Amino acid sequence: MPWNLLKYGFNRSYPADRHFPLSCALKSSYDIVIIGGGGHGLAAAYYLAKDWGISNIAVLEKSYLAGGNTARNTTIIRSNYLTQEGIRFYDESLQLFRDLSNELDYNVMYTERGHLTLAHTDAAMRTARWRAEVNMHLGVDSEVVYPEDIAKLCPQLNLGVDVRYPILGALYHPPGAIARHDGVAWGYAKGAAEYGVEIHTQTEVTGLKIENNRVTGVHTTRGDIQCGKVLQAVSGMSSEVARMAGFKLPIKTIPLQACVTESVKPFLDPIIVSGSLHVYVSQSSRGELVMGASADPYALYSTRSTLEFKEELMMHLLELFPFVGKLRVLRQWAGMADMTPDFSPVMGLTPVENYYIDAGWGTWGFKATPVCGKRMAETLATGKIPSIIQSFDLERFYRFEQVGERGAASVGN
Amino acid sequence: MRCPLNGVRNISEFICGGEVIDMPDADNCNDREWADYIFMENNTRGVVREWWLHAPTSYWFIAERDTVSNEIIKTYPASEVYNQRIDYPDTQT
Ligand SMILES: Cc1cc2nc3c(=O)[nH]c(=O)nc-3n(C[C@H](O)[C@H](O)[C@H](O)COP(=O)(O)OP(=O)(O)OC[C@H]3O[C@@H](n4cnc5c(N)ncnc54)[C@H](O)[C@@H]3O)c2cc1C
Repeated sequence: MPWNLLKYGFNRSYPADRHFPLSCALKSSYDIVIIGGGGHGLAAAYYLAKDWGISNIAVLEKSYLAGGNTARNTTIIRSNYLTQEGIRFYDESLQLFRDLSNELDYNVMYTERGHLTLAHTDAAMRTARWRAEVNMHLGVDSEVVYPEDIAKLCPQLNLGVDVRYPILGALYHPPGAIARHDGVAWGYAKGAAEYGVEIHTQTEVTGLKIENNRVTGVHTTRGDIQCGKVLQAVSGMSSEVARMAGFKLPIKTIPLQACVTESVKPFLDPIIVSGSLHVYVSQSSRGELVMGASADPYALYSTRSTLEFKEELMMHLLELFPFVGKLRVLRQWAGMADMTPDFSPVMGLTPVENYYIDAGWGTWGFKATPVCGKRMAETLATGKIPSIIQSFDLERFYRFEQVGERGAASVGN
Repeated sequence: MRCPLNGVRNISEFICGGEVIDMPDADNCNDREWADYIFMENNTRGVVREWWLHAPTSYWFIAERDTVSNEIIKTYPASEVYNQRIDYPDTQT
């Protein structure tokens, strides 16, 4: 079997597919320039081309394709949020995810596992009930379950009461899923490239050309280009790029760390999250435990890993799954999360004409990649803000109308 | 981190209070200026001046820190910056 595979691999009649063309020379002008070649930028490019027939687009990525937070997240997809605005928005994304592999003809390995948000305190149980009620009202599959139900859904969990924080119950969300994050970005890149979108890696945007408060071009490390409209989708670098455009954002760049263990046989089906213990964990299709905790305690433009993070994480993880104590950590990394004060994104118009923003995705933006791409594409193409993203505009902070999703953040940040 | 009151202590004893910025005159500024002050961030990439709290002793001070290398350049009591009494308008009237 391995020999056959090798023979197949080296056989010239089956050349490896290039998913998207290599970078070509930059043109002098495009209808739309997208700053940031992460999942969000690529999805927007794809839907602009597919839904709106606009393909004279350049996606500019300063590094390699989708190596930012898109490549660093723990890939949890769910729609059991707290506010009506949030639930509707993330649920549309979940629906798009369900059909994404077909849509892109690219396997994004979307797998519904079920998602348990554990509650260890009365306050956490109250939030779980609150979320379950709002979720059910909007047709999202979500309910409060108790230890005897949890024992059936995840018999591996330590439900004993001889621990610091015994499990009182959980919010159960059967559609909770994971997917292959790189696959999502590459699939959108491939799809966009097939419609003629140009994807330029190793191309950093260093400045913007703004005339009469209207953007007309971008400066890059590979020369200047003219453009009609610009979308910025640069996650942790959002404030820096917005500074080039001359406005401020309600965003702090804070590292979020994660790690995986060595691979073991499948034993953990659902995705387990505990807000009070600051831990979330799932088992990947390769068998690794993929784990994360809360964001770092202060702002930093860095992707370093710390020992404090792992000590905290492991301490709590061992309470939930004492038997994983012998597993070794294989890899660790961090991403620069663009955190907002209300744990909701910032999407839509900016003070600069023809300049659009997609930011504030913090620790929750992977699941929104399809819906954000689709709705931002609609925004750029029509100049009108679709109602599903209206309440996430930058102006909400000036109207004092935040969309508070802290209670639905995966971990108490 | 070196706390100006307690000397060098473990970083886990400290809480970051955000960048040192001036508060607008709450009585005379408009809503936009106030929203700018409470929500918008410089999110500086480079050396910043920040408020830090040594939690066990409830002592607030100022630190200069590089947000790229995470190097703490210096720390000093807030009185070095705020060396004059600030009288806030009396809102009880
Ligand atoms: C450890 C971790 C775990 C997470 N877990 C989850 C999760 O379980 N579920 C979930 O939904 N979300 C999760 N997230 C959040 C999610 O990863 C992000 O919100 C999402 O991937 C953001 O995608 P993006 O395309 O906007 O950003 P990115 O993928 O970061 O893409 C932005 C790109 O812009 C580029 N760029 C920056 N500046 C410039 C410039 N000047 N010129 C050109 N290019 C530039 C960067 O190089 C980068 O590639 C997690 C994040 C982290 C860090």
